[in-house]
Amino acid sequence: MNALIAITILAPLAASALGLLWRRNVMVRDITTFAGLLAASVASFFILAGVADDGTHVVWVGDWNPEVGIVLVADLFAALVLPVALTIILVVEIFAIGQRRTSWGANPALAGPLLGVLTSGVSLAFLTGDLFTLFVAFELILVSSYVLLTHQGQRAQIRSGMTYVVMNLFSSTLFLLGLAIVYAATGTVNMALLAERVPELPDAVQLGIGGWFFVVFGTKAAVFPLFSWLPDSYPTAPTTITAVFAGLLTKIGIYAMIRFHTLTDMADLGPAMLVLAGFTMIVGAIGALAQTDVKRILSFHIISQIGYMLMGLGLFSVAGTTGAILFLVHHMPVKTVLFLIGGLIENTQGSSRLSRSGGLATAKPWLAVLFAIPALSLAGLPPFSGFVAKLAVISAGVDASSSVIVAVALIAGLLTMLSMTKIWIGVFWGAPSEEAEPVPTRRGNRRMMITATSLAVAGTLTISVFAGTLFDLSERAAIELRTPGTYAAEVQR
Amino acid sequence: MSIVLLLAIGGLTGGGFYLITARSLSRIILGFGLLGHAAVLALLVSGGGPGAAPLVGNGADAIANPIPQALALTAIVISFGLTLFLLALAQRRQDFSGDDLVEDDLEDRRIATQHERNGS
Repeated sequence: MNALIAITILAPLAASALGLLWRRNVMVRDITTFAGLLAASVASFFILAGVADDGTHVVWVGDWNPEVGIVLVADLFAALVLPVALTIILVVEIFAIGQRRTSWGANPALAGPLLGVLTSGVSLAFLTGDLFTLFVAFELILVSSYVLLTHQGQRAQIRSGMTYVVMNLFSSTLFLLGLAIVYAATGTVNMALLAERVPELPDAVQLGIGGWFFVVFGTKAAVFPLFSWLPDSYPTAPTTITAVFAGLLTKIGIYAMIRFHTLTDMADLGPAMLVLAGFTMIVGAIGALAQTDVKRILSFHIISQIGYMLMGLGLFSVAGTTGAILFLVHHMPVKTVLFLIGGLIENTQGSSRLSRSGGLATAKPWLAVLFAIPALSLAGLPPFSGFVAKLAVISAGVDASSSVIVAVALIAGLLTMLSMTKIWIGVFWGAPSEEAEPVPTRRGNRRMMITATSLAVAGTLTISVFAGTLFDLSERAAIELRTPGTYAAEVQR
Repeated sequence: MSIVLLLAIGGLTGGGFYLITARSLSRIILGFGLLGHAAVLALLVSGGGPGAAPLVGNGADAIANPIPQALALTAIVISFGLTLFLLALAQRRQDFSGDDLVEDDLEDRRIATQHERNGS
């Protein structure tokens, strides 16, 4: 088990180092990067199986006492999210290998290895048991994302990259100041010890710490009103990069929030979170309706969906947390797939702007099918995975008799459906209303891109097939998180 | 806890925030420099009072708390790297437009003007 946990963090990092060393030899570079990512995602499935059977597994790195050393904790929550995240990155890497020779492809000599660094950061962020290592993991993810976003050096990327970098750097600085505050108040940054010591602090200090970290993680997660950087920067990056960002980055903010705020039991912040969750859903959904570009509509949907996860957390009940975890698991692959399809649309038509595309339903019916499945899932229609996740969150809201937030969630769901219809009408029906852009001659390895997208769509369908099992696992993870002392007892020895 | 250090943290944070709200990226970079120092000082203050160098055999009571120092060191390295990245970004921006100002969301503005045109 220790080795498996180490593989998920170290294999992608080692692969990216080797990939950079051999960046001129295309075959060696691609195979090492791919092997590293594959090893990590296979290991993560074994971790899930192990944790589901034997319970939480803790690694005391270097055998230090948890008070001074680093601990890695594979509890059910981490083990459940990790395989989903790592598999997404693997699928996107396949797509990227297919797309590389097109004008939209990321520079393969950089993108592959940097994706490895990002993967390593993602694994570390999920598995870490202390706040400072979480900070380091965030930095690993963000630094590679800064480079991935701007490495082509096009004008739009530099412009939006500036907003993205400044916003995220600001929240990282706040994170660091927050760490100093937490350390001054409790004398530790280990989450298991924090779970014991934070509830003993005076109420005002507790609320201050909770609010501070809500802002820190909320900026990363693009919660209202801290979301403005997201729809500006994501669409400018190459498709593969946007797909990874959309699937993972904001979700890691939500993951950290669920972990930190349930462990330290910040139920007092619940009402504030619910209000912001409502605004996040509605503003994201309405923003999506106003847009005229496929990638920008999808970017606004990310914000809207973050609202649902925040709502699940804000209820501070087992059912709510279960819903949030299930939503997280469903949302990551669905969002990634939609962006990959956005990339395919761009590849077929030369643009992802609605006014410059049309008629794809007859020209490329398979693309319409590939789009329809995750789109309906995102809008929350049965029998797709989005329905199960949304149902879990909303029924938790009904249980808590928070009728306002339930109503808001349902309205936001309808608006999401409406903007999906807008994409459908714009891209798949009718004729292009403006002159279509010339389709470039170098279109990359289309078969590989389509295979990757189909794999990912199959993955989202698998999630809806195994929805029952996933719901049980999410519920167990939520009970572990919501029961004070279980996490702390596992980590201390 | 030293009042001088607290005042220094407050001053650096205030100055840093002020600079970050500027439109020019070079000012923002300076702002992040100040904020980074404030965060590192805050970590140092959070470790408690001064003491002897934290070496093995010095006795647990006499030594300064080494953990915040280790955290501060990591934070310094990260902020150093990111400052360089921001400078490179500002340079690239200058290649394009001759300045280093942060611009508005262009697509947003395009949608807004389109809406105005349709309305009138």
